[in-house]
Amino acid sequence: MTQPPDAIQPVLTGLRDSFPEAIKEVGGHRGEVTVELDSGSLVEVATWLRDHPSARFRLLSDLSGTDYPERPDRLSVDYHLYSVDHNMRLRLKVRVGVDDPHVPSVTGVWSTANWHEREVYDFFGVRFDGHPNLVRILMPEDWEGHPQRRDYPLGGVDVQYRGAHVPSPDRRRYKGGWTST
Amino acid sequence: MTDSIEPAGLAVRPGEARDLPPQPAARRIDYNERRAQQVLAMGGGDWAEVTARQHAAGDDELMVLNMGPQHPSTHGVLRLVLELRGEEVVSCQPVIGYLHTGIEKTTEVRTWVQGVTLVTRMDYLSPIFNEAAYCLAIEKLLDVRAPERAQALRVLLMELNRIGSHLVWLATTGLELGALSMMLYGFREREQILDILEDVTGLRMNHAWVRPGGVLQDMPEGTEAKIRAFVDEMARKADEYEDLLTNNPIWIERTRGIGVLDEEQCLDLGITGPMLRATGLALDVRKTEPYCGYEQYEFDVPTATSADVYARYQLRVAEIRESLRIVRQVLDKLPSGPVMHPDPKIGWPARLALGPDGLGNSSEHVRHIMGESMEALIHHFKMVTEGFKVPAGEVYLPVESPRGELGYHVVSDGGNLPYRVHVRDPSFVNLQAVPLMVEGGLVADVIAAVSSVDPVMGGADR
Amino acid sequence: MSSGSGLEKLPSGILVTTVEKLANWARKGSLWPATFGLACCAIEMMATGAGRYDLSRFGMEVFRASPRQADLMIVAGRVSQKMGPVLRTIYDQMPEPKWVISMGVCATSGGMFNNYAIVQGVDQIVPVDMYVPGCPPRPEMLMDGIIKLHEKIIRGEPRTKLVLPAEPVSPQVPAPAATAAGSER
Repeated sequence: MTQPPDAIQPVLTGLRDSFPEAIKEVGGHRGEVTVELDSGSLVEVATWLRDHPSARFRLLSDLSGTDYPERPDRLSVDYHLYSVDHNMRLRLKVRVGVDDPHVPSVTGVWSTANWHEREVYDFFGVRFDGHPNLVRILMPEDWEGHPQRRDYPLGGVDVQYRGAHVPSPDRRRYKGGWTST
Repeated sequence: MTDSIEPAGLAVRPGEARDLPPQPAARRIDYNERRAQQVLAMGGGDWAEVTARQHAAGDDELMVLNMGPQHPSTHGVLRLVLELRGEEVVSCQPVIGYLHTGIEKTTEVRTWVQGVTLVTRMDYLSPIFNEAAYCLAIEKLLDVRAPERAQALRVLLMELNRIGSHLVWLATTGLELGALSMMLYGFREREQILDILEDVTGLRMNHAWVRPGGVLQDMPEGTEAKIRAFVDEMARKADEYEDLLTNNPIWIERTRGIGVLDEEQCLDLGITGPMLRATGLALDVRKTEPYCGYEQYEFDVPTATSADVYARYQLRVAEIRESLRIVRQVLDKLPSGPVMHPDPKIGWPARLALGPDGLGNSSEHVRHIMGESMEALIHHFKMVTEGFKVPAGEVYLPVESPRGELGYHVVSDGGNLPYRVHVRDPSFVNLQAVPLMVEGGLVADVIAAVSSVDPVMGGADR
Repeated sequence: MSSGSGLEKLPSGILVTTVEKLANWARKGSLWPATFGLACCAIEMMATGAGRYDLSRFGMEVFRASPRQADLMIVAGRVSQKMGPVLRTIYDQMPEPKWVISMGVCATSGGMFNNYAIVQGVDQIVPVDMYVPGCPPRPEMLMDGIIKLHEKIIRGEPRTKLVLPAEPVSPQVPAPAATAAGSER
């Protein structure tokens, strides 16, 4: 459970041989392998991973975004790939900053990325170049702001209860508990 | 660079996204062109533009019809903007987001355990799966394993929940396609499952019963007999449903050959679950990446080859039977032992019991923390208020929900609050297949095709 | 009118009141709900209409899809920002007399989702006649709320009026730059 499967090794070797300058970092945690990529070569790497016989990652399970505000390249887009033929998983990670949040779109490689990328655009503001229709998907079209960023407030209303005044959950002194981090 | 976008029409300002393909006129679309198609965002205020587009194309017979979000047959708040030529669908654009609740953001201000009550409300027809996937992801980060009895109970309730979800599918699909009595039959059996779930977890829906480290409370006495009786009866009832529907000529006419998707299209669109298995590929996370001890139970993964709505119906009934098989095996093999992880820094401290005033902390536990052990009192206090801390890292954990692969991408920064919880919900992904399935067909087939996707909008919109 | 049956001898207003009582009894006896199931509460609402907790005994098993044919709107589930205008449109399309039950805590007050995405209480959009708390409320609780609404109808109480607050309580927050400093306490 805490070791990556053996079948992932030829994939990593192949990636290193074919795209030596695109790969920034290879890491892993709890048996999962994460490959951090440079955003410019994302589409080529994705196509290689989908088509190469040792990889065959035909299923893009998930495309999610995360905001790490303490880093200069805050927005991280994660691609979770699954290979049906070899039964293995891989995560690709691309990091961009807020000032120039452009990532090439992989809708040409896996069509399922269409809605996922719209969601990441909606919530984080990452612009996916080459996406056929990059509009908001879950928020109303004229919403301003990108709600899932860490500096976007939760936005609840204050609650009055029997004379007490309870602020919205993210502005309380004790968030969820007594300490955080 | 501002964060706002112009509503309707141009989605992203020129110069901000590059290589945007030109917008094609409304016409019949086939699969190869789908990738380049520009889909309009329907906010409702741009109706004039939509109709102008069709007038410009010179096609007077093209009618734009809005189906939903309030509609009895769209399985929740799903909006489908259909362009029709008579009864034939020329294009279909699903619009979602009418149930967006901001659950993923809310989990960032609640502790790990409080997150269970939030994620359970996403896919509200299979809440145990949401909870189990979330807790398994946390346990993977913590690198602990819940006790064996807890794992077995999780499997038991997950399979019962799968049966319940498929029953609701049968009920609502039957209702939408005209078999109104299926609605009553499906909900009748589901009530029995809800009785069992209420016995074990305390609630009929949205249980918040699976916790990181185990489950909240054990199965009370008498539940096992109830479950066995239900299993026997359900097998007979499944035969009854098949009698009603499988050879029914109306059912066959409405479902055979509708909504066909082959394996290549499914994998490209990221579709998993019964829709993918109806194409012949036996992909089931319970078999490929087993969790909660699924490897000890014998069950088959039903597949079909015709990949239409009828095949998905047969598949779901077959899955009900397989789940009954698993439930029987779990009951036969149920190990004894604790149901919560023994480490006081992780496991939920309270042991619930039924007292004279209802369900609450068992009196032995109260006596222990108040009278016997100061340390236990401190642990209880810290666990309930602050919660436990999860080591930093990120994991992705998939689970086989009744709709497909339900995945949780959980990121922790080492604190007692989650840093980011992203849910890969199968309904969100599977709904992308709707335009492909319905374009070129009739309006009535839209209902059947959307129904076979089995979308739960709470999961799709989160 | 001439040769009446003694109607002129009745004190004025009795005939009208009796007709009104009759009308109220007819209204409550066949109160048709409009399908407005949104989330988890919708499933419990369907269970209430199904075999075990039968709404048909109150004449309510026909959930009309078209709001033009319905007199009761049971808002079952959480109402998101995108859904708000739709809710109001459906409410406006219902003909008078109409009633609204807000089922579940999400419809009543925003429930456990006190955030940017959920309207904090459906009574900000439509006037509500009966609030049924619960997450989700058991079918028996929903039926209790419906029966209390029936009693309210029979008594002929005036309809709830929508009172909008002087200042809109909007959970949508201003641009992040203004509040970044204040979000950490």
